Amino acid sequence: MSEPVITIEGLRKSYGEKEAVRGIDLEIQAREVFAVLGPNGAGKTTTIEILEGYRDRTAGRVEVLGVDPGNPTRAWRERIGIVPQETTLQPYLTVRESLELYSGYYDRPRPVDEVIGLVGLSGQEDVRAGKLSGGQKRRLDVGIALAGDPDLLFLDEPTTGFDPSARRQAWEMVSGLRDLGKTVVLTTHYMDEAQALADRVAIIRDGRIVALDTPQGLGGRESLPTHITFRPSPGSPMPEVPGLRRSTAGADDELVRFESDDPVADLNRLTAWALEHEVELGDLEVRRPSLEEIYLEVTGEEPA
Amino acid sequence: MSSLRLVLHEFRYDQKVFWRNPSSVFFTAMLPVIFLVIFATIFGDSEVQGMGIDTTTYYIPAIVTLAVVSATFVSLAMNVTIDREAGLLKRVRGTPLPAWVFIAGLVGNAFVISLVMLVVISLVGLAFYGVPIPWDHLPALIVTLLVGAASFCCLGLALTAAIPTREAASAITNLISLPLYFLSGVFIPEGEIPDGVLTVAGFLPVRPFFQAFLSSWDPLTVGSGFEWGHLAVVAAWGVAGLLIAARWFRWSPRA
Repeated sequence: MSEPVITIEGLRKSYGEKEAVRGIDLEIQAREVFAVLGPNGAGKTTTIEILEGYRDRTAGRVEVLGVDPGNPTRAWRERIGIVPQETTLQPYLTVRESLELYSGYYDRPRPVDEVIGLVGLSGQEDVRAGKLSGGQKRRLDVGIALAGDPDLLFLDEPTTGFDPSARRQAWEMVSGLRDLGKTVVLTTHYMDEAQALADRVAIIRDGRIVALDTPQGLGGRESLPTHITFRPSPGSPMPEVPGLRRSTAGADDELVRFESDDPVADLNRLTAWALEHEVELGDLEVRRPSLEEIYLEVTGEEPA
Repeated sequence: MSSLRLVLHEFRYDQKVFWRNPSSVFFTAMLPVIFLVIFATIFGDSEVQGMGIDTTTYYIPAIVTLAVVSATFVSLAMNVTIDREAGLLKRVRGTPLPAWVFIAGLVGNAFVISLVMLVVISLVGLAFYGVPIPWDHLPALIVTLLVGAASFCCLGLALTAAIPTREAASAITNLISLPLYFLSGVFIPEGEIPDGVLTVAGFLPVRPFFQAFLSSWDPLTVGSGFEWGHLAVVAAWGVAGLLIAARWFRWSPRA
């Protein structure tokens, strides 16, 4: 395995009495797209701003690209790109001028035309930033962060406040960054965003990592039983299928739910039983717990 | 890229932003000229009480003072605060650009606007009101401009530390600058202002800056027109501003 790009050991950050980060350990590898997922106030932005060299820490060891971000150097800043949480543009400069301004700060910038293409702003080069749409502004934000051709890119809540189509476009852009071989660290409070973009996800709650895995494996999702639900015809007998465990019924009393560890075989037995007894399996549904359910469970949030 | 080239790079974009911002262009570049025309129209063809010079001759250095303070102190205090609260300063701090280069670009921009305004107002005075350009006192004029612009830049950067929000920027800055213009004889000829007020204003930065400019335009001035005493007061304020800015200047918006 390659050298970690980011190493965090025992990271803590207090603001007076309040502990925003309470002991985080984490390694992020090169070329990884890593998502930090959590509700507002969980400590996401504090953590990422420590990694970006904006905030000092109360305790712990942190290395980003081999440098302690508590003492950021100019050479280190050459290698990282930062997309802040809020769109931050100079409204009176055009797309091209904004990118040229920031490119000028770096020794080896990526050519401005390439950056314009990467973030999908071709044709908008001469539009002032203040006149762009919300989604285009955010893309220029990302373009500015790419101006110096960084090895490591931080994206703080890249799509908060976006409409679905703008989010989809932003996701495509981030996926494109993966192909450039960049390491990307992003924060989000959307589960589907983490699922769509990230190789690994850390879920943060109250300043601690409560889950860390691939989106598929998160929360032991791969090993959790599958749920089989259906609506039996009125007065029909309950199925007796070995291996199917009756679990709590949903809000609708007529709905029957079973848990299965071997859904293919169990489903086969269930349908055989239903045919034999001429029972209808209305609204039959087979599904694994969603990432959303896992997220709500580990963060202790109420379902929306 | 060498540091000087980086400063010029930054300066070029600061210039673009300044001239494209309608509020900068109006308040910093146009308003002083409008004030000059208004004052010259209302009070022209008379002599300043007790000074023996034309009112128009008096108002040229007065409006130059206004324009320089506006291009430096007022512009920096307002625009840097607004950019800070928008997160632009924090964003720049996340790049390899050295902090001093960023500040140098802004200060260079303020100096150039100040010089442009000095030239424009002098030419308007010459062309429309027949006020001669004080070539004899040119070295003193330039030194006054440099000392004043530098000092008021420092004070403007210092003031940003005291302005909490974007909304407060204009109110706080004007609350400080407008009374100083009145008390210092920039708006009202100093013959109309009580001596006690002028004495107090003499210890504040705007009045001595204006007096140094006035001395350059005043036909009764003998010698080279250097006003070292007044400039020392202005520079002392500038140093105070520099120390405050060095200690309390913020790059991040309020969390």
